[in-house]
Amino acid sequence: MSLSIEYIRSLFPILHQTVHGKPLIYLDNGATNQKPKQVIDRIVQYYSAENANVHRGVHYLSAISTEAMENTRKNVQQFLNAAFDEEIIFTKGTTESINLLAHSFGKAFIGKGDEVIVSGLEHHANFVPWQQLCQEKGAILKVIPIQPDGDLDLEAFEEMISSKTKIVNVNQVSNAIGTVNPIEKIIEISHKHGVAVHIDGAQAVSHFAIDVQKMDCDFYTFSGHKMYGPMGIGIFYGKKEYLEKMPPYQTGGEMIEYVSVDEVTFNQLPYKFEAGTPNVGGILGLDEAIRFIQNIGIERIGEHENMLMNDTLKQLETIDLVKIIGKPKQRAGAISIVLNGIHHYDVATILDQLGIAVRSGHHCAQPVMRYFGVDGTIRVSFAIYNTQEEIDTFVHALKRVIGMFR
Amino acid sequence: MTLTEKAENIVAEFSLFGDWMDKYAYLIELGEESDPLPEDLKTKQNLISGCQSQLWLVAEYRDGKVFFRTDSDAIITKGIARVLTKVLDESTPSEIIECDLAFLDQIGLREHLSPTRANGLNSMVKQMKLYALVFKTKYENAG
Repeated sequence: MSLSIEYIRSLFPILHQTVHGKPLIYLDNGATNQKPKQVIDRIVQYYSAENANVHRGVHYLSAISTEAMENTRKNVQQFLNAAFDEEIIFTKGTTESINLLAHSFGKAFIGKGDEVIVSGLEHHANFVPWQQLCQEKGAILKVIPIQPDGDLDLEAFEEMISSKTKIVNVNQVSNAIGTVNPIEKIIEISHKHGVAVHIDGAQAVSHFAIDVQKMDCDFYTFSGHKMYGPMGIGIFYGKKEYLEKMPPYQTGGEMIEYVSVDEVTFNQLPYKFEAGTPNVGGILGLDEAIRFIQNIGIERIGEHENMLMNDTLKQLETIDLVKIIGKPKQRAGAISIVLNGIHHYDVATILDQLGIAVRSGHHCAQPVMRYFGVDGTIRVSFAIYNTQEEIDTFVHALKRVIGMFR
Repeated sequence: MTLTEKAENIVAEFSLFGDWMDKYAYLIELGEESDPLPEDLKTKQNLISGCQSQLWLVAEYRDGKVFFRTDSDAIITKGIARVLTKVLDESTPSEIIECDLAFLDQIGLREHLSPTRANGLNSMVKQMKLYALVFKTKYENAG
């Protein structure tokens, strides 16, 4: 029998508070979702009883910290169904994972006149590193256009990919409008041309099961804090055959094998990409977050969120002033709306007074906003602990906001 | 009226509101009735970027006093800007420079002026004081 939402809610200490005198309704899960007690407890436990610097330490605490960290690597490997645990690199988040990829892949494989493709639906984190890399290398950045429904134009993509293309970067789920991209198709087309594919999974990992081998992506990136884990920890997955050919991103301790004044030999995978002391507390928090997701079941999480999302869409469609941004074939996690004639900052300010947390603004995706001709939206995003009652309260509150500005 | 008297008036006005809804409804009203800036004054130079909402500030010095005009694309931001100009407008540069904005605590709007808010109001107050300082230096310290 599956766990009740009421019970799942009780596992999140932060949800049981009032904001401006109203019960907190947290619908900003796309920015970061809340942490169950077991994740918080794991971090406290680590610093209370296990803290020591990892690897190479001979003493007891160093040994148990190292073991816990390396066990997490194996758990992440299973979570993604990666072929090898050394394909799992710990970073501080999706942004760092993508910067690592752009820097290191760029150094190994991208030169003048080469082409890099990104989708028009990307977060700035999967756009700016590629733009900067192309400027530095004299390479060309190409953007897969968005269609009015919020889906990507795959025909245009097929036309733009060529023998000059070195890598394609697409998010699995758009943070700005919730589009689920047809990544299997994109990977298939890219591989037909022998081109590597990176999937930004930041907005996907908390909504559905990930299988990097079945998906056959070459790189996959995500953050712990958008999947019930702590901030400051992220994952960079890459196929071993690529990682072995890519140079380190940062240099320093941990990632070397031999150092003299004149030369250095780098450590093997995965340590080659993990310079400096890792965020062990964060890694163990992520481990616990994976356990939390697996205990509930990712399918159950996805089903519950979809139920809430579809109901929210249905209710929003009945409100005159509300314009829903995009109508993608498949949507996950988030809905972006504008209220005609009412600024998103005003809407979010009043909703906040009613205890409701939503995101307003451009969602670090200015090209997406520009495409839809808005300077910002209100984004409602869902997690396993949200309830039907919260959605009804939100919709009611939105109507109240409209009443205030009319 | 001195700046202090104007601040006292605002505090008295806001004390009439029973709950936050009335207060925000009033801010919206202030925002809506506040004269929009002509488009040619909504320049980059007059823009105070607040990330989420845009805010424009224009200042003039006449007869020993400073006159402010503001506008924003978000109504609540515009309303709060109006509250600030109601107090600071038509004051002497010295009054503006010395003003501590304690009245904002009394009417419960201080949170909107936190530097971490994305509305630009904090920067606007700094800019208002900077204008006052410039006018004071330029027109009053000459002799």
